[in-house]
Amino acid sequence: MKTFEHIVAEHGTTVLRVCRAILGPVDADDAWSETFLAAMRAYPDLPEDANVEAWLVTIAHRKSIDVHRATSRRAIPVDAVPEKAAATAPDGADLDDLYDALRRLPITQRQAVAYHHLGGLPHREVATVLGSTPAAARRASADGIKTLRATYQQDRARR
Amino acid sequence: MNTTRHDDALFSALRAGEGENLARLRARLAAEADDAGILDVAYRTVDTAVGPLLLAATEAGLVRVAYDREDHDAVLQGLADKVSPRLMYAPARLDLAAHQLEEYFAGTRQRFEVPLDFRLASGFRLGVLRHLADIAYGRTESYTQVATAAGSPRAVRAVGSACATNPLPVVVPCHRVIRADGSYGGYVGGPDAKHTLLALEGAVA
Repeated sequence: MKTFEHIVAEHGTTVLRVCRAILGPVDADDAWSETFLAAMRAYPDLPEDANVEAWLVTIAHRKSIDVHRATSRRAIPVDAVPEKAAATAPDGADLDDLYDALRRLPITQRQAVAYHHLGGLPHREVATVLGSTPAAARRASADGIKTLRATYQQDRARR
Repeated sequence: MNTTRHDDALFSALRAGEGENLARLRARLAAEADDAGILDVAYRTVDTAVGPLLLAATEAGLVRVAYDREDHDAVLQGLADKVSPRLMYAPARLDLAAHQLEEYFAGTRQRFEVPLDFRLASGFRLGVLRHLADIAYGRTESYTQVATAAGSPRAVRAVGSACATNPLPVVVPCHRVIRADGSYGGYVGGPDAKHTLLALEGAVA
């Protein structure tokens, strides 16, 4: 069994991208931490042949829901505004713009896009996570990508 | 799996500040896992006169010290297999051991005072390791003397293998065991490292 250090190094980036797509940059950090803490707790009992990335994405899905619920409950901002992560990618793409576009998607589409395109789950497994059918997961993902291309990418092109 | 990730350009913004963010999150995870009691093995390295040493500790104490030539990655995988895969780079747990090693290599410390976890040794070998702690700084014993002290005067070769498989070299001073004729004999850190340690301690010129 690989060391957990190795698991974090190998999958930390993917899980962060998934959490960012679902929650935006600030809450994503909490979801990432909760995901890996829960994963570390259960790790020794994980079957040797398990698909670790799919397992982590599934945990990230549950933890993102928890974090989202917790943040919605405390709607009034806390005193200190959490420090925003450096919000511009090397190619100039803006994280807030992308998040705005993602946030406008229906939640199922956002999840389907994140788990399939960023988490690498096949539609069949996305369907299991979301409790829907593979066909519905495929459609949600395709519709989400189409909308993102039409809104976010056009925004970027116009500048 | 990369075949499904063809929208790299579309999602490139998600990579913003990713590197620093992940480094910070990783450190936070190690600290939170330690607090939660699920960090079974913490590790770090220290640079010393005998090269980089890997230090690893369970919640019970220092469990492994490894020389570079032992291959740190292989040693960590061995710890994952024998102790627990819940292993992370987490220097804080090893601050005390690292500090005492720095003092030792600076010549200002003769005895290590950190909790030790001997779970990687057992039986006769464990008995040998416990005896080694009694060989004073700057002194040496022969393999035969150690065998006698460990209660089996004829088990000279077994003493040799106990030293060769010492999970805690430097801290448990197997380098103080040399041949009866005064030559060094083998050492897990290599002959140069053994000489460096004995010279540091003033046991040899």
